[in-house]
Amino acid sequence: MTYKGWTVAAAALALAACSPKPADVPASDAAALPAAVSAEGDFAANLQTALIEARPGDTVRLPEGTFKLSTGLSLDVDGVTVLGAGQDKTILDFSGQTGAGEGLLVTSDDVTLTGFGIRDTKGDGIKSKGADRIVYRDLTVDWSGEPDEDNGAYGVYPVESRDVLVENVTVRGASDAGIYVGQSHNIIVRNSLAEFNVAGIEIENSSNADVYGNITRDNTGGILVFDLPDLPVIGGHSTRIFNNQIVHNNTRNFAPPGNIVAGVPSGTGVIILANRNVHVFDNDFAENRSAHVLLIAYTEPFTDERYNPLPRDVVVRNNRWSGGGTDPQGMLAPLAEALGGTLPAIVSDGVTRWPGAEAQAANLVIDEAPEIGFVNLGIGAYPIDPPAVSPSMERPQGIPVPEPAAVTLPQDAE
Amino acid sequence: MKQLAYLVSALVLLAACSAQGSVSGGPDTDVLMADAPAPKLADYGFFEDAGADRPVDGVVPYDLINPLFSDHAIKHRFAYVPKGKAAAYSADDVFDFPVGSALIKTFAFVPDMRAPGVREYKVETRLLIRKADGWAAFPYIWNAEGTEATYAPAGGRQAISVVGTSGDALSIDYAIPNKNQCKTCHQNGDAVLPIGPKARNLNHDGPAGVNQVADWQARGMLAGVTGDVPAVPSVLDARLPVSDRARAYLDINCAHCHKASGSASNSGLWLEAGEVSDVKLGIGKHPTAAGRGSGGITFVIAPGDPDQSILTYRMQSSEAGVAMPELGRSVIDEDGAALVRAWIASMDTEAGPDKGAP
Repeated sequence: MTYKGWTVAAAALALAACSPKPADVPASDAAALPAAVSAEGDFAANLQTALIEARPGDTVRLPEGTFKLSTGLSLDVDGVTVLGAGQDKTILDFSGQTGAGEGLLVTSDDVTLTGFGIRDTKGDGIKSKGADRIVYRDLTVDWSGEPDEDNGAYGVYPVESRDVLVENVTVRGASDAGIYVGQSHNIIVRNSLAEFNVAGIEIENSSNADVYGNITRDNTGGILVFDLPDLPVIGGHSTRIFNNQIVHNNTRNFAPPGNIVAGVPSGTGVIILANRNVHVFDNDFAENRSAHVLLIAYTEPFTDERYNPLPRDVVVRNNRWSGGGTDPQGMLAPLAEALGGTLPAIVSDGVTRWPGAEAQAANLVIDEAPEIGFVNLGIGAYPIDPPAVSPSMERPQGIPVPEPAAVTLPQDAE
Repeated sequence: MKQLAYLVSALVLLAACSAQGSVSGGPDTDVLMADAPAPKLADYGFFEDAGADRPVDGVVPYDLINPLFSDHAIKHRFAYVPKGKAAAYSADDVFDFPVGSALIKTFAFVPDMRAPGVREYKVETRLLIRKADGWAAFPYIWNAEGTEATYAPAGGRQAISVVGTSGDALSIDYAIPNKNQCKTCHQNGDAVLPIGPKARNLNHDGPAGVNQVADWQARGMLAGVTGDVPAVPSVLDARLPVSDRARAYLDINCAHCHKASGSASNSGLWLEAGEVSDVKLGIGKHPTAAGRGSGGITFVIAPGDPDQSILTYRMQSSEAGVAMPELGRSVIDEDGAALVRAWIASMDTEAGPDKGAP
């Protein structure tokens, strides 16, 4: 029987058990930062212990340096800040990970994660579940090397939460979505960079999201607003996408098949799928080779009676457009073929029906200069019946849709 | 040698700060109800001996009809309910234990699984204590001599070599969960709850050779037993329909996370014994957040085709990011995977699946 490996950990724990709590420091020093978690001995055990023993209001400080971890970390104490020396100075390296489904899992409320990087996790980078008022700030999550099917799915992954703030976060190489917010309410994703992911930023089965000031470039698809059936929270609505740069999202789709994003055509800027009340304005679109904006229904059979698979009440206005649509990929390639091989800036699948429901109007509002192209592919219903497809370049006459109010978050001091 | 120095200093420090409370005459209530966990398992006074083999009066050994697979670990379970109090019976849910109760589970291995009980050694003991504000989980790690278990909130890893039942050598990278990982599996909404002590899991003859539900009732540990007490089908009982056995396996191995109030709620894949929805069980369901865990496969369960089912793909992997469950195993439960494969293979692709008796 070997016990060498955990001897050091046991020693560290024994020491921790006897040392005074940080709360013992005088009140006048309360604002001073605590010492960084010790890199002596077993850093992973030291850090995990600090995350477990933290009290609400504590800051767990990470030292500068690159640290190898073999299993995922977790935080379950409310009101804790995890603070590194900088997103390129404190790197938690999971390239040798053998356990857990993510690098860091947060399951408590009022947590701030800031100033560190997470690299090469086997599953997701940072996941927070049921973690209200979380802040992801000044973080980098990346997978090194070329985009790869074996990279983890999500970079930052808040789910089933209220009041989510993601800012100044960089995610690179996720085999699903770089920044993914799912089944949540009241969300801001801003001033972040997502590149070389399958989806740059994805808002899924969520309500009231503001996505602005981000750069999404060189992903397969830039920004996705989706709603999927058969999940506990469905009926996504009220998202504003504005002031983003959505550029050259032409990376090949490297998502493992089976996942919904595996169907994203390489070269799409924004995709709105089965979602309601989505406003896309004041963005810079450039060089997305399939289409800049794609408005589509959910294509698979489903049984969820709560679910509406159409995009509806969508507004696209006042964006800046450049290039793109010249080389449509994936499911768009054969459809573009019928239109001469290229697609205009804005593409709607024209689906209005699904089994068991009356036909519905999607209500699309396109308020762009006349030269900005639009096509309704006229698919009507899935699965596609080629003879019934009747494309039209005529812009829809949508009914104006009031814009949702700006999202405000209790933890947002800006 | 540096590590030896650490060990020595650890032992000195531990000796200096461990409680010197009484360890005879029943569990120590003060230690059980203290805010902080005791440094040593022995401090609680659950056992007469240092090796935690002989429980004191009131600490009752029990087992489950179907255990959770934990890398072939042997498990010794004990329940303690304070004298004069009783857990409230439920036909479906975990019994409602009174404040001051404890559930104790020790994980052990034998060098050769063909010789059960021979040179068995303990690795860890997990405690669930029912505090005034709910259950709390505490992991303890045993020393190499098996004489002392020490509180270890950060868990640990241990390389374990065993000879399996087939005679093959098996290397296990055994993970002792940290305190938060305890909660991942024991989460129920915002609360932490035990998983095992439900009527349907206990309702058979336990280690003492008597029916455990009746025994707990006779001891006064359990009150309010009424109606027909349910029992899960035994996973190992080859006389039972494969669908019943497979559903029982998924219930104990997966459903603590894969349920509406569990850690995997957002997946929408819910595997409790009573689940009747095809799509929630994974039949014709697309993966939600599987990433490369999808294995390039479209459906969680493709009726009739275990090779095209993500459920079996993930059960048959031991790689982080793919393997399910995410916690609690580093090697594959080959028997469990074979059972679930057989169930999926038995599903009629045309007429719809036989999901097993709820």
